[in-house]
Amino acid sequence: MKISLTARILLWGVMGFGFTFIYLPLVLVVINSFNKNTSFAWPPTGFTTSWWGKAAVNEGVRDAITRSAVVALSATFIALILGSLAAAAIARYKFFGREVISLLFVLPIALPGIVTGIALNNVFTNFLGQLTIFTIIVGHATFCIVVVFNNVAARYRRLGASLEEASMDLGANRFTTYRLITFPLLRSALLAGGLLAFALSFDEIIVTTFTAGAGQNTLPIWIFQNLFRPNQAPIVNVVAAALIIVSIVPIYLSQRLTQEKVN
Amino acid sequence: MRNNKVRSYAVILAASTLLLAGCSSSSDDAAGGAYAGPVQDTPGTINVLAWPGYAEDGTTDPNVDWVTPFEKETGCTVNVKTYGTSDEAVQLMQAGGYDVVSASGDASLRLIYGGDLQPVNLDLIPNYADVFDNLKDRPWNTVDGKNYGVPHGRGANVLQYTLGKVKEPSSWSIVWEPNSPAKGKITAYDSAIYIADAAVYLMSTKPELGIKDPYALDQTQFDAAMALLKQQKPLIAEYWSDYTKYVGAVQSGSITAGTSWQVIANVLNGTKATVGATKPKEGATGWSDTWMISSKTEAIDCAYKWLNHIITPSVNAQAAEYFGEAPSNSKACALTANKDHCKLYHAEETDYWSDVYYWKTPTEACLDGRTDVKCLPYAEWVKAWSSFRNS
Amino acid sequence: MSSVKEILNRKPTLRAASLLSLPLLWLGVIYIGSLFALFITSIWKIDTFTSKIIREFTLENFIDVFTDRAYFNVTIRTLFVAICVTIICAVIAIPMAFFIARIAREKSRAVLIALLITPLWASYLVKIYAWRTMFYPESGFINWLISPIGGSSPGFGIFAVIIGLTYLWLPYMILPIYAGMEKLPSSLLDASSDLGAKSGRTFFSVILPITWPAIIAGSIFTFSLSMGDYITVQILGGTFQMLGNVVYQNFSLNLPFAAAVALIPVIIMMIYLSSIRKSGALDNL
Repeated sequence: MKISLTARILLWGVMGFGFTFIYLPLVLVVINSFNKNTSFAWPPTGFTTSWWGKAAVNEGVRDAITRSAVVALSATFIALILGSLAAAAIARYKFFGREVISLLFVLPIALPGIVTGIALNNVFTNFLGQLTIFTIIVGHATFCIVVVFNNVAARYRRLGASLEEASMDLGANRFTTYRLITFPLLRSALLAGGLLAFALSFDEIIVTTFTAGAGQNTLPIWIFQNLFRPNQAPIVNVVAAALIIVSIVPIYLSQRLTQEKVN
Repeated sequence: MRNNKVRSYAVILAASTLLLAGCSSSSDDAAGGAYAGPVQDTPGTINVLAWPGYAEDGTTDPNVDWVTPFEKETGCTVNVKTYGTSDEAVQLMQAGGYDVVSASGDASLRLIYGGDLQPVNLDLIPNYADVFDNLKDRPWNTVDGKNYGVPHGRGANVLQYTLGKVKEPSSWSIVWEPNSPAKGKITAYDSAIYIADAAVYLMSTKPELGIKDPYALDQTQFDAAMALLKQQKPLIAEYWSDYTKYVGAVQSGSITAGTSWQVIANVLNGTKATVGATKPKEGATGWSDTWMISSKTEAIDCAYKWLNHIITPSVNAQAAEYFGEAPSNSKACALTANKDHCKLYHAEETDYWSDVYYWKTPTEACLDGRTDVKCLPYAEWVKAWSSFRNS
Repeated sequence: MSSVKEILNRKPTLRAASLLSLPLLWLGVIYIGSLFALFITSIWKIDTFTSKIIREFTLENFIDVFTDRAYFNVTIRTLFVAICVTIICAVIAIPMAFFIARIAREKSRAVLIALLITPLWASYLVKIYAWRTMFYPESGFINWLISPIGGSSPGFGIFAVIIGLTYLWLPYMILPIYAGMEKLPSSLLDASSDLGAKSGRTFFSVILPITWPAIIAGSIFTFSLSMGDYITVQILGGTFQMLGNVVYQNFSLNLPFAAAVALIPVIIMMIYLSSIRKSGALDNL
């Protein structure tokens, strides 16, 4: 395709602006994690690495990160199972009410998080009595299912049913077909969906605020409690900076995997 | 055979009816009995719901901690959660999961009548004997002769101003009048109870309205207070309920004056003097806080131990000094690091408190005793505040 | 056991039903059930003193919401913010997605997408707080940047909220559009320029219509996430409030009223979702 020079300049310009826009606050976060002054005025007056040391030994952070990881893994696990089951049904079968059910699987993300949050909170506090780590997991799994569902359903659509039909024509039953043909083809969609679900769950704050009990701090809740505290805010920046750095490699790898499968 | 079956069904039916009757939540549980004691050494975990600065555990400042010593001494584990407004406290206590709460007068009665608190057996709290007499058996913590907690301390909502940017104000007019020198950089408390602060100002500027108690407002008086708030809105930079966010905003210069707590001023003045705080001539709203025990706690012994610990003279002194309020234990005055603390906070006086209007929950029956008019209950305050904040 | 298998083999609907049973149970019972339980409270009232719910039928919550001018205003403002955020995100996302899908070398595509997804791992709160420090009226980054040319930080308010929300949701807009751009058949693009269309014409007549469903899919995220947001508004909004704040402020002590207000964004999103069903956007999520 021919692209005119002005169009090229425009595109490069927007790319530059876009990436600057996206990374400017993140660079600020990293700089502030070394900022001596806790009020984060600009420009920073001095630098120190002490916050990184303090963050490493901070018990609250470690407890919060562990809990977030547990919640995210559990929610992703549930979502992978339920999401792929639902995607298989919707993508491969026609039945009455299919469109309505498809819509149902978009709702947890399409409806504002605060509505989901207060709805779950209302049910949990009135019928279960208490908010625990399980209520957090239930809340997260609900929107993680949607993410996995979308990815897997999209992959089903792209694959078409021909391979599966061929396999069954050759005599394999449904389970064998799934195990040997469908699942390997779905794997990278499951991985992409799972990673996105994990990321969403790990950073989720709105629904979590309403489904976490006293003392049940996930990382975002811990951040929320410490974000404005003068002595803790730099540690929050350290945690955020660390998360960004730690996540770059797995994200890149997963992208490579998804790309290869598609091509 | 059949008789046995019928009998066993009857037993099951009776048992389940009793069970259901016991399980049904009833707000009459408020009248339930207090713990008879004695307080055992059972280990447990208590979730403490506290105003910021009341139950410091070292996370704000490693040198400020009266929770860890308690944990070491008693073997009870303490998780502290702070809240920003009394409304938050009421909601969190109703949702459940907290064993102990430091409640202001505008939350305590709501919780008592809602069945969320249990009466406290003061015989099990030895330190109670030393509490100032004029803080004992007050209407916001004692109902029908039953005590519901131990007092923590009291204070006024102060007018805070940034040194060097605002001259020391003697009046609340700096936050209410359109020609304020700090216009655009003012803050106000983000809760419906702040309407009472408008009423306090009107008590001085519009005496013809006849407001005697800022929590007893009839429709005319209430409308005047809301009009004052509307007049104030363009001057406001942000409304605050999170005290740490307030600290950051003052440090960054986006707020230079507004209603505040002494603890916020103390934190801001930590390394160098940044702000001043005063009680202006019109008086101020304030609070008198009580530590209370949830009706659903499972760690009753730890809860009682906490109540006794927090009003120990040395701990009460630490807490009152860190926050910046008058302590509740008369023996605490001798133990404060600053020997003039109690004088500074008027702990042993009565005059200072005559124009401090402690937070309490407005009811339809006017709190100032008027019977010829109906006053607005707090639910109406909340509705009007919500509408005002979104208009 | 084998007879069950035979039945399942013969009836595809039964197979679909058995696959769906578990996920539907979860979403149906837990999610829809809790939504229902929430919206039922909107026809109840609360005790004016203790704020506990009284299960007596009343329409006063809806009357309050619809007769008070303030709630109409806040709904309009929220819609305005959501639309602005969606448009700005789309304007930035479309060229970026096109660049990555069509102009960037194949090898760099994974890197570029990875760079776009990485910010999703930085905490929402930390990102918005960074924007807060940038908007500080005197000591913020924006003030420092534009004061040499005589400008000053716009401070906290609706503008800051729009910028903050745009920032947060931009990746959610870029990803679906990128997926859509990837699927663009290059033959169509070549044909268009062979027929003499300049880049602009190709864009508006060929690219935009084909990727439109993907753009709509992205807009579902930005629109819904903006409609319900209250945290960014609290941190960047100053005295500005949106629907999410109304719900958040009232949920603690007046759940029936909060539920009635919460219906507003839900109804808006349902209308939006049903109107875009035809466009096939839901397949592009």
